[in-house]
Amino acid sequence: MRILHYINQFFGQKGGEEAANHPIELVEGPVGPGGALNAALAGKAEISHTIICGDSYFNENEEVAVMGIKEIIDQVKPDLIVAGPAFNAGRYGVACGRVGKLAAELGLPCITGMYPENPGYDLYKQTAYMVETKNSAADMRKAIPNMAKLIASFIEKDGKLGMPAEEGYMPRNLRINMFAEKRGAARAVDMLIAKLGGEEFTTEYPMPVFDRVAPFKALASLKDAKIALVTSGGVVPKGNPDHIESSSAQKYGEYSIEGIDDLTEASHETAHGGYDPVKCNENSDVVLPVDVLRDLEKEGVIGSLHNMFYTTVGNGTSVSNSKKFGAEIAQKLLDAGVSAAILTST
Amino acid sequence: MKLEVGNIHVEELAFGNESTLSGHRVEIDKGTLINFIREIDHRITEVKLDIALPGEKTRIMPVKDVVEPRVKVSGKGHIFPGRNAGENDIVGEGRTHVLKGMTVMTTGKVVGFQEGIIDMSGTGAEYTPFSKTLNLVITCEVDDTCNQYDHEQILRTVGLETAREVGKLAKDAEADEVNTYETLPILEQAAQYPDLPKVGYVYMLQSQGLLHDTYLYGVDVKAIVPTLLYPTEVMDGAIFSGNCVSACDKNPSLVHQNSPIIHELYKHHGTKYNFMGVIVTNENVTLADKERSSNWVAKLAVQQGWDAAIVSEEGFGNPDADLVMNCNKLEGAGIKTVLVTDEYAGNQGESQSLADSTPKGDAVVSNGNANMIVELPAMERLIGHDTYVDMIAGGTEGSLRADGSISIEIQAITGATNELGFHNLTARQG
Repeated sequence: MRILHYINQFFGQKGGEEAANHPIELVEGPVGPGGALNAALAGKAEISHTIICGDSYFNENEEVAVMGIKEIIDQVKPDLIVAGPAFNAGRYGVACGRVGKLAAELGLPCITGMYPENPGYDLYKQTAYMVETKNSAADMRKAIPNMAKLIASFIEKDGKLGMPAEEGYMPRNLRINMFAEKRGAARAVDMLIAKLGGEEFTTEYPMPVFDRVAPFKALASLKDAKIALVTSGGVVPKGNPDHIESSSAQKYGEYSIEGIDDLTEASHETAHGGYDPVKCNENSDVVLPVDVLRDLEKEGVIGSLHNMFYTTVGNGTSVSNSKKFGAEIAQKLLDAGVSAAILTST
Repeated sequence: MKLEVGNIHVEELAFGNESTLSGHRVEIDKGTLINFIREIDHRITEVKLDIALPGEKTRIMPVKDVVEPRVKVSGKGHIFPGRNAGENDIVGEGRTHVLKGMTVMTTGKVVGFQEGIIDMSGTGAEYTPFSKTLNLVITCEVDDTCNQYDHEQILRTVGLETAREVGKLAKDAEADEVNTYETLPILEQAAQYPDLPKVGYVYMLQSQGLLHDTYLYGVDVKAIVPTLLYPTEVMDGAIFSGNCVSACDKNPSLVHQNSPIIHELYKHHGTKYNFMGVIVTNENVTLADKERSSNWVAKLAVQQGWDAAIVSEEGFGNPDADLVMNCNKLEGAGIKTVLVTDEYAGNQGESQSLADSTPKGDAVVSNGNANMIVELPAMERLIGHDTYVDMIAGGTEGSLRADGSISIEIQAITGATNELGFHNLTARQG
């Protein structure tokens, strides 16, 4: 079995952050962690080629990078693609995950490894088998044998891997069909008996939990209210000073609008990568309505507009990040004596 | 109410000079049976009979219903009651004989786009329970005065009447095994095992209308309020299918006759719990109907003193709301529930599986993801018409290839994800 291995500039021995713009390079045979992986797979599979690509290069030129890697796959014709392990390196993990998605689109399997909190797992878990690693490269000694074990099992079972716990990959959040020993009706009665007896049982489908938030009670009077603006539409001061990600945001921004009555092409723009930004870049009031709220402030309809606004990008952002941002923003608004917030999304 | 069910194991099925049962062999006189079927409705234009056996390279499609031949040996009433004049007795008592291991299947030009595929061998055979039975297949066509509702009604009647006609062969036969099922009147049943928890079965029936209908004693269940049944009534055909919903999770009449949850509940009756009976309910489309029916389900369960219930769904999407309402109201009344459903999680299993959800639904049995795609090899013999592959639920443009092979969701395979838990398919988080 021929393996194509994807690694970043650091593990490709091109350098650290200063080499993060290293463009795609194709090398024959294994490089860096590929050496140990190749040795562990001796007699079963072989790394025929390695792709080395800088993390910044990949993430800032994703489309071009994906196209380049696709050309390499077409040329090398691997049976399996291995990427990483990426540990908790966010950009590297996202690149490994994206390579896995490309592989899936081409009908090829991909095996990678990363830390469960790496955004690459949340974004791309459905299109690759991902071995769990610790959060730093110090775990390489364990990560490589674990990846080799999964690859060996994949080869042995002709691609028909078992469930995550038994094979040692992280759950893909996919529903997988299988034939059970007992028919559904018998399993239902077994579950009923267990539930009646207060014994432990495992539901076969954990129902999704919709996180519903009860609406706050209506304001008694708008005239005295301090209103804040919060958005997931990515409105930021021109130049995106805090580099909020265009997708899968890792942070939110907190910016002053003191003395600003209108957002203009010169002052604001959107960092969001998930919608057509033209109108918002021309006039960000369409996403974050500062102009209208200033009018209402002047007319005395509302007490005041809070002088800070909070912003992030909703595009591809994990629920766990969103929850964290939301809790922090809410606390800041409470501390500032804000009575109500208008949330805008795109 | 007590019913003895005597099974005669059918091991051979063939056409012959007369219709007979000898030992484990059934022979069917083709000409006479075709005449019998033609007499059922004057709008029938064509009838063909075929036999499809396990392991054959045979494909049957589009399959409308699958019915088991049964006959009343003693006790009141008729199999599939409530349809014909003079057949209004309550069933479920006495003795019933079954030609076990054979079925009567109906096919013909498509009625409602949701009839199914049954392959007797290959990958598709693994997904349908009816690849293991000896199948007498009726291909029946109707004239062009029939609209879809007429067409459905004629095919439904043909399937039920033919199964009953074939079932008569078993009347005087010696059964290979006899199983006795008994449920007492409510107060007596409660008194029989006073120390065991009382459990029941909430039997949700497809009733969305527009060819999504099920019948109880001949009544379209859209028009009922939830009611009580003795479990044995269904073994005599009290419930039968008239629906054309997705083949994977509609309940063919045979599955109602062998209602799996009822049979499994009887197994531990008197040892683990006291199986009190069945509430039969519907899945109508309006909110008012959903609220009324789920309120009645909870009311009847409380009235009977149930401690726990199994609730099974038929279909998906809209009825998910009925499933969730039944669950919430039963749990709200202190009745523990186990829900039985299937999933529509996308081709790769990547999406949320149900259209509605409740945190109270903490015990769910899944009968598999219906969106999974399978490759079905070409078969040597086709019974019915395969021109409908691309348009039935689960198919898409190009599902049927020129060489006769098919790429299709298991949604299109009869019984693949049966929500009464008739089959073994399930889905897990992977």
